[in-house]
Amino acid sequence: MVEFALPKNSRISGGKTWPKPSGATETREFRVYRWNPDDGKNPSVDTYHVDTHDCGPMVLDGLIWIKNNIDPTLTFRRSCREGVCGSCAMNIDGQNTLACTKSMHDVASGGAVKVNPLPHQPVVKDLVPDLTNFYAQYASIEPWLKTVTPTPQKEWRQSHEDREKLDGLYECILCACCSTSCPSYWWNSERFLGPAALLQANRWVTDSRDEATGERLDNLEDPFRLYRCHTIMNCAKACPKGLNPSEAIAELKLKLVERQI
Amino acid sequence: MALSIVHRATGVALYFGTLLLAWWLIAAASGPTAYANVQAFTGSVIGKLIVFGYTWALMHHLCSGIRHFVWDLGYGFKANEREALTWGALVAGIALTVLVWIIAYAVGGGR
Repeated sequence: MVEFALPKNSRISGGKTWPKPSGATETREFRVYRWNPDDGKNPSVDTYHVDTHDCGPMVLDGLIWIKNNIDPTLTFRRSCREGVCGSCAMNIDGQNTLACTKSMHDVASGGAVKVNPLPHQPVVKDLVPDLTNFYAQYASIEPWLKTVTPTPQKEWRQSHEDREKLDGLYECILCACCSTSCPSYWWNSERFLGPAALLQANRWVTDSRDEATGERLDNLEDPFRLYRCHTIMNCAKACPKGLNPSEAIAELKLKLVERQI
Repeated sequence: MALSIVHRATGVALYFGTLLLAWWLIAAASGPTAYANVQAFTGSVIGKLIVFGYTWALMHHLCSGIRHFVWDLGYGFKANEREALTWGALVAGIALTVLVWIIAYAVGGGR
């Protein structure tokens, strides 16, 4: 359903301004979304000051610095810190991206670095969204090789040309930046698969070795699962890996039409 | 996202604009007095503004629709192409609107 305002218990109110680190010559302001499921309070935005001389250049470095030096209760997901795992996806300065590959210096002209959880997902705590539905949708497209012919003695062979068709699809790290930037997904996430799952659907439809193409397309031929995409393009703008889910979705739509001719 | 919203908004505006067009046609069919009423309204400052807005909504929706048509055919998805199509639709919509009004004034003299 379309929602323009947050529910009452999700509205942001107040927030603590933590003192500047003593002895720091240069600091950067961070405004970070905070919500604790245990204290019964509404979410707030806390203000921190990061000592930029004692800290790496990325937004994730700043968050880790805050957690180590100011406030150990700050909660966020992170793992690889180099844009491979997709754990630290969050909304930074109004754009969904990975905190580990987003430089603080790229955030609007030296102003405060505003950090929020991925939009329109239930929050577990602070910057940690609940992605259960997102992962279930990924599982629903059956992201594995499906075949009916007998398994070959060695591997399933694929030509270089056919392998190249998967470029721009296989690199997805499932960080959910694209799906959670999509208004269609915000408002129909229980029925619309969203850009990430659809890009993956196209990855398996495109795979020359897969023998369930028809079945996969049948599953997508639905007014909501696929066709809630209205080519808004937020997904392509958001993707921190430079992939293009809207193009993958357009390819799926084309394949659905082409098989009827 | 902004242009996607504008595309929808102009689409909704076209419904009301079509009502205006229907009113004008019905009036033209029913006789000179009814037609004069419509002409008086569309000739007023507010009327002209509304008709101008309707022209823009129509032209913008047309250009933006062509943009979506290109995407549906599977082209124009690269970041620079996407931005070019989006800005192109916005500028072309405004340019066509102004052009239509210039022609209308040149031919009809603002009546």
